[in-house]
Amino acid sequence: MSGVPAAAPASALSRRFPPIAGLTTVSLGLVVVGGILMASYAPRRPPLGVPVAVTVVSAVLLLVSAYLTARLRPFAWDRFFLVFRWALLAYVISAGMIGFAFIKDHVRGAPLAVVFVMLVIFALDVPLIIAFTVARYASPVGHAGSLPDVSQPT
Amino acid sequence: MTDVRNIQFGAVGTAPVAARPTIQVVPLKGLPIVAVVVAFVIASIAGNWLWALTFCHVVGGGLWTAIDLFVGLIVGPILGRLSLAARAEFTARFMPKMVLLMPTLVLMTLAAGFQLALKLGNLSPASPNHAWLVASFCVVGVMAVIALGVLEPANIAVLFEMRKPNPDGAVIARLMRRFVLTAGITGVMQVATLIIMTRVATL
Repeated sequence: MSGVPAAAPASALSRRFPPIAGLTTVSLGLVVVGGILMASYAPRRPPLGVPVAVTVVSAVLLLVSAYLTARLRPFAWDRFFLVFRWALLAYVISAGMIGFAFIKDHVRGAPLAVVFVMLVIFALDVPLIIAFTVARYASPVGHAGSLPDVSQPT
Repeated sequence: MTDVRNIQFGAVGTAPVAARPTIQVVPLKGLPIVAVVVAFVIASIAGNWLWALTFCHVVGGGLWTAIDLFVGLIVGPILGRLSLAARAEFTARFMPKMVLLMPTLVLMTLAAGFQLALKLGNLSPASPNHAWLVASFCVVGVMAVIALGVLEPANIAVLFEMRKPNPDGAVIARLMRRFVLTAGITGVMQVATLIIMTRVATL
């Protein structure tokens, strides 16, 4: 290989996307805040108002991100799902381990339910960010040349 | 990082260099080691085994902090001064290992640490360590969001970009910039962790 190809396609950087990674990172940040609030009360039963509120906002942001991702056309979906499923496996194991620790420490009832929902969001947030970040720079199958701006809803 | 816009693997300008290394995003040979570590942490938590919990927390935390600071303060600046080809080759060999190593260390440290704090009563509101531990949760929370939401996706995206027949140097440069931008925050958080943990151990 040498030099730059004569007819190099436009850099993947020139294509604009909706703020999917940003929204999902905020969603992740919120479940981390909720997790800190819950953990800081251990081994007592934590008040659930704020953790539930941040979990709901986090879930909404995750859903918005998923919706925005699903609308992307064209998009390297093959690459997205390849990365997403392996990352999901890794983070389900990770979340499962955290959940196991909470169960082992006798967290029960509503607090356990909130922790469970937080862990589900966590296990979806991280793979979504990773898979989107990888796929946004990949060429969609069967597409060559410049790609449309998809940063605005159509 | 300086400009890596013109990285062409296997070539610098028009002069061919050593063959481009094959990049494996996740080093499969490392997975059994990760499985053993995770199984050990789970067994430690399940058995509430004080020595094993302390081992996992201290070893994992020590390595996590040391590697973070070493890479951010020593390796990063050296890497920035290497030739483009050397930087690309180093990155291709280094980053896949970090994909496995860092999440494993983080999981080991946090899971064992939380269990240890409960077992030793440090999380109790009556404990003088309670406030320090909540502070450490906040520090770890910031690091977790940076690591999981910013750095790990960039790391994996760089590896996928480098596997392409014609990697886009501009994409790699953009993604690598994240490491530089967050290195300061991570460094401060790691120093804060060292201060908090030494306070907890001596109160």
